[in-house]
Amino acid sequence: MTPHMLTRSLDRGATIFLLVVAALGVLIPLSNLLLPAGSFLQVPTYLVALWGKYVCYAILALAIDLIWGYCGILSLGHGAFFALGGYAMGMYLMRQIGTRGVYGNPILPDFMVFLNWQKLPWYWYGFDMFWFAALMVLVVPGLLAFCFGWLAFRSRVTGVYLSIITQAMTYALLLAFFRNDFGFGGNNGLTDFKDILGFNVQAEGTRAALFALSCLALIIGFLICRAIVSSKLGKVLIAVRDAESRTRFLGYRVESYKLFVFTVSACMAGVAGALYVPQVGIINPSEFAPGNSIEAVIWVAVGGRGTLVGAALGAVVVNYAKTFFTSGVLAPYWLFMLGALFILVTLLLPKGIVGTFNAWWDQSKEKSTAASAASAAAEDGVTEPKMAE
Amino acid sequence: MPANLPARLCSLLLSLLLIAFALPAFAGPFEDAVAKFANDDFSDTEEAVGVIASSGNKLAFPIISALQDGRLMADPDSKKVYVTGTDGKSIDAATGEAVASVPDSASAVRLNNRLRRSVDAALGSLTLQSPDVGTRLQAAQSVFKSHEETALEAVDAALAKESNKSVKTALGEARAAILLFKSDATEVEKLEAVATLKARGDQEAMALLTGMGDQPASVTKAAASAISSIQSSLAVWSTVQNAWYGLSLGSVLLLAAIGLAITFGVMGVINMAHGEMVMIGAYTTFVVQEVIRTRYPGLFDYSLLIAVPLAFLVAGAIGVLIERSIIRFLYGRPLETLLATWGLSLVLQQAVRTMFGPTNREVGNPSWMSGAFELGQITITYNRLWILCFTLAVFAILLAMLRYTALGLEMRAVTQNRRMAASMGIATSRVDALTFGLGSGIAGIAGVALSQIDNVSPNLGQSYIIDSFMVVVFGGVGNLWGTLVGAFTLGIANKFLEPVAGAVLGKIAILVLIILFIQKRPRGLFALKGRAVEA
Repeated sequence: MTPHMLTRSLDRGATIFLLVVAALGVLIPLSNLLLPAGSFLQVPTYLVALWGKYVCYAILALAIDLIWGYCGILSLGHGAFFALGGYAMGMYLMRQIGTRGVYGNPILPDFMVFLNWQKLPWYWYGFDMFWFAALMVLVVPGLLAFCFGWLAFRSRVTGVYLSIITQAMTYALLLAFFRNDFGFGGNNGLTDFKDILGFNVQAEGTRAALFALSCLALIIGFLICRAIVSSKLGKVLIAVRDAESRTRFLGYRVESYKLFVFTVSACMAGVAGALYVPQVGIINPSEFAPGNSIEAVIWVAVGGRGTLVGAALGAVVVNYAKTFFTSGVLAPYWLFMLGALFILVTLLLPKGIVGTFNAWWDQSKEKSTAASAASAAAEDGVTEPKMAE
Repeated sequence: MPANLPARLCSLLLSLLLIAFALPAFAGPFEDAVAKFANDDFSDTEEAVGVIASSGNKLAFPIISALQDGRLMADPDSKKVYVTGTDGKSIDAATGEAVASVPDSASAVRLNNRLRRSVDAALGSLTLQSPDVGTRLQAAQSVFKSHEETALEAVDAALAKESNKSVKTALGEARAAILLFKSDATEVEKLEAVATLKARGDQEAMALLTGMGDQPASVTKAAASAISSIQSSLAVWSTVQNAWYGLSLGSVLLLAAIGLAITFGVMGVINMAHGEMVMIGAYTTFVVQEVIRTRYPGLFDYSLLIAVPLAFLVAGAIGVLIERSIIRFLYGRPLETLLATWGLSLVLQQAVRTMFGPTNREVGNPSWMSGAFELGQITITYNRLWILCFTLAVFAILLAMLRYTALGLEMRAVTQNRRMAASMGIATSRVDALTFGLGSGIAGIAGVALSQIDNVSPNLGQSYIIDSFMVVVFGGVGNLWGTLVGAFTLGIANKFLEPVAGAVLGKIAILVLIILFIQKRPRGLFALKGRAVEA
């Protein structure tokens, strides 16, 4: 598949995808709020929160697909950006608790009172204001990604080396956030939230609104990614993915392109985390666990690397399966299934669900029009540049 | 039998003698002292304790320890004193004869704080002459810590009789500690004491010297120089200790990373399931020990020797299987290999969890691996020492294998230039399979060693995987020396950072340093030199 065909085939899929997300974003909250409880068509509140979580994961998957699918950067630390965005939102929510905490301290969150801290650490300043927290949701992951990427891409750390140091990054953050004296609640993290912008986080209306907002964020994120990958910049990114050195020799500043897209991706992951936290009601250091980041990569692989729709779809499908299997009698076998999914997808379905479907669709369409032109299209999809010796 | 007659006579005489000693002959100073307890007067009690402690009577220890615990009962009417044992049986304190019951009128002999100190000192000096070396040593050390003036006489007495060298040293140090704090000791004695403490040269000696209070000028001066000398020697020892811990950690890292270095170096494959191979090795050890425990308990000390080849074979066979069934389809796609092997690690973990349960399994240390010995001021445990030796042996064997065997030659050829090696007739796919098997097998061996110092649980491998990656990435690919240097550098750096920054912060600092280091040398310390654009 040439990039040209990729964008053309996505256009149709993208429209359908956007329509479906928009419809869900409107219909699910409406059904939850307007229809009487227990009615056949009414979506219960717990399901709204659960699907809200999936939508946040879909945004994270989009972020990963943007760098992995279109630029060949496999980050095994994107969970860190997600968690940092989540912590920024969690800090705002903690400050909103005010005197309703167990210790009733108007300024300090409960865990600081418990640790006998006298005053708020400087990095907690400003998080009582929503606009500041919302800004930090973008700035903190973005800044970390910018610094990290600036160092890594400039010195041409690529391939598995980059994957491993991103993993080291999230692991280091995991260890740091587990510490009590780091000032983010230690291993309990931040929880017991009360209000967001004056609305009760537990209330049905707030949950429905958060769900709608998550869908909106997914749509915006999708449009941004689409704009990036279908622009001239996107073509350069794909060139970097397929032949980095050649692109560099052609005169493009590869590291700048990579840095840009890495930072954008980290900001998106941060937004996903920020929407995730009020819906699940907790953020703790386990979100930094390297395993989480790798799991997020497999969502993208399942859905279809290099297809934005596929990434979002993969996140929803894998997480739905996870919820389905881990809550039933099959729970002990979930890790077998997840592990097998990793192996089978990489071995048998390297283009993922959507990628395979697209290839099949293109092939059958072209077969019907011109049988001679079909052979070239089916071959090379999204493949890694071969490791040279 | 006539030949036995003299021996029998001797033993008869001996037992008669013993009976004679046990019998109360006359009311001597010991019995008078015991009777004083019945007055239940603090000064009388103190006097009695002093007399009893220096009497040499074998009842002295039970009486004074009973006094300490409030088990010494005195009857003011009959002036009789009883020792109630911890088992509820009582004896007459003066004679040692068992009594049926303690009369109701008897009450426990009371103590105050001053008395308690002299009781402690008396007990310390009593155990100073115990026949058991360990008890004597302990007693001498406790006197050193308490440095009560009252114990000086007992220490001197014990010192005169002592023949064991280490107990003698401990007694000498205890004596020095007492003299240092004794107000009426002469200047010469105090100077000698300072010298003895300086020779001891540890944290406690320094604490005594710094806290000794007002002393003559010459003593203060000597103490100051002793403190600075102890301080510098302590600094040296703590450096040595950190270095040893670092070497020990480095050997563990090396053992875990060495197999990874081979597979990554030769095949460019990141094996995320490498940690699970380590875990499989550890579980192999567990199974071997279980079989030995139930069938051949006598072989327990050899369990590790049996487990090492078995673990190599089991993990190696699984490795070859993985390579043939999964990894060979993914060559040239390192990122996909990473994901597939991660999935594999989940499957293997869950499989082991299903088979052996999620909890830690007990793997024992053979006798030659347990215990420790002292080297100067540091303690070296045998298991850490053996693991270091074992790691170096594995490393040497591997190095020799790569250097001198045909497979080693082929592996090096494939590492340096896969296509050229294939053109020269090397069956690269066979080399790949064997390399992967070798790397996995070495991970299995690492599991045997790690089972001795870590918990054997399904998560064993996960805790090593990130560290192993760091070692490989830091050391550089395709060069085992790089892995060696990387492992020991990281191990030692980690242990030197720990006392400064704390364990977790130290680890974070190491991770950050590695991330920064990679920016400087993207291919590690010892990168293979080549002219390819994309190495």
